[in-house]
Amino acid sequence: MKSVEEIKTAIEAAVPGAGVEFVSNPSPSAQHSLRLAPDRAVEIARFLRDDPELALDFCSNVTGIDWLDKEFSEKVKVKRTVTKTIDGVEQPVEETVEETRKRVEPGYLEAVYHLYSVAKGHGPVVIRMRTGNRSDRVELPSLTPIWRGAEFQEREVFDLYGIVFKGHPDLRRLLMWDGFKDHPMRKDYVEPDDYEYEPTPHDAVLKRAQAHKAMAGK
Amino acid sequence: MAVDQDLKIELGQQGVFVTTLQELYNWGRRSSIWPMQFGLACCAIEMIATTMARYDLARFGAEVFRPSPRQADLMIVSGTVTKKMAPQVVRLYNQMAEPRYVIAMGACAISGGPFKQGYNVLKGIDRYIPVDVHIPGCPPRPEALMQAFITLQKKIDEQQLTGENRPRFLNENAQGEFPVPEPAEHDLEPPSNPGVWNAPVVIR
Repeated sequence: MKSVEEIKTAIEAAVPGAGVEFVSNPSPSAQHSLRLAPDRAVEIARFLRDDPELALDFCSNVTGIDWLDKEFSEKVKVKRTVTKTIDGVEQPVEETVEETRKRVEPGYLEAVYHLYSVAKGHGPVVIRMRTGNRSDRVELPSLTPIWRGAEFQEREVFDLYGIVFKGHPDLRRLLMWDGFKDHPMRKDYVEPDDYEYEPTPHDAVLKRAQAHKAMAGK
Repeated sequence: MAVDQDLKIELGQQGVFVTTLQELYNWGRRSSIWPMQFGLACCAIEMIATTMARYDLARFGAEVFRPSPRQADLMIVSGTVTKKMAPQVVRLYNQMAEPRYVIAMGACAISGGPFKQGYNVLKGIDRYIPVDVHIPGCPPRPEALMQAFITLQKKIDEQQLTGENRPRFLNENAQGEFPVPEPAEHDLEPPSNPGVWNAPVVIR
């Protein structure tokens, strides 16, 4: 099978202007993936399926990832003019000060597809798509029209992560009920507090157990 | 009311059978408990195994699994009760005719089991309906389910037909319908039925 870089070149040759980005995986598995621009994704997906050499006719897995906002704090040296009294005379002095700056990189949701070729017996090719953010720009194109097997898995991703797949034939919640408002697999999901006695509480459960113990004492 | 046990045995040896109406009535009921035919998860496989030839639940008069709640006496909650499934389980229980009994089979049905801290699993069916016998295990072996049957039979045997402690189906003032939880925006509403279940208090 073609390497991921070669697939990227093939996509760029077939779909001009396709925003494909190589996402390297530094772990020993070295399972690199391709990040597709959502607006060209359906076109690229159709190429991946129909290209006689790749023939990725089977979408085995669709999953989601929740990337929270990342906060970076970095120390920057800044030159500043400070008025100081030297030998009884006030005069401006330039000095270098270290400053901590915080930078927030907005989070996003990601959908990951694992593609195989049953005809050629190769795979997987991993493709990803990212949403604009985690709150209001959560739309991605559905790849169900290309791989029918993605239908329920995209519904599951919609249910648990809140990614809205445009062009999906039947986008409803799959595991939770229709009136449910949250997306349980998101990292900031707060589960309903139906605490009861835990024999060996730890971590988050221990904190909750202590909070309930304090409340019971009052 | 009560018959002297020694006298009863003595009379039995003479070919005279003495009993009370209550004993006869409970004996009849406990020997033909018809379970409802439904399974929720892997525990159901053990439940099926219990009814098959090797374990032979028919010995306890409980081999007739009814597909309708109207004809069933016993609900075996065999497996994980998800929050999406819980309203249906409670509704089925409400549709069963009295007298009715519940066996919560397996870790999930009694407490949520390995999924207790998940977002989608009910932490025990006893939050909504009264459970007669809890069997732990993941899943419990068929012997454990038969133990639960025997425990239930003993429980039925001890039921008083009159007086304060008479069972729910003989008490016209007792509440027979249990509120079905509604799936709400974040959780089931209400999260439990306080008339049936209260969070255990731990005193160390």
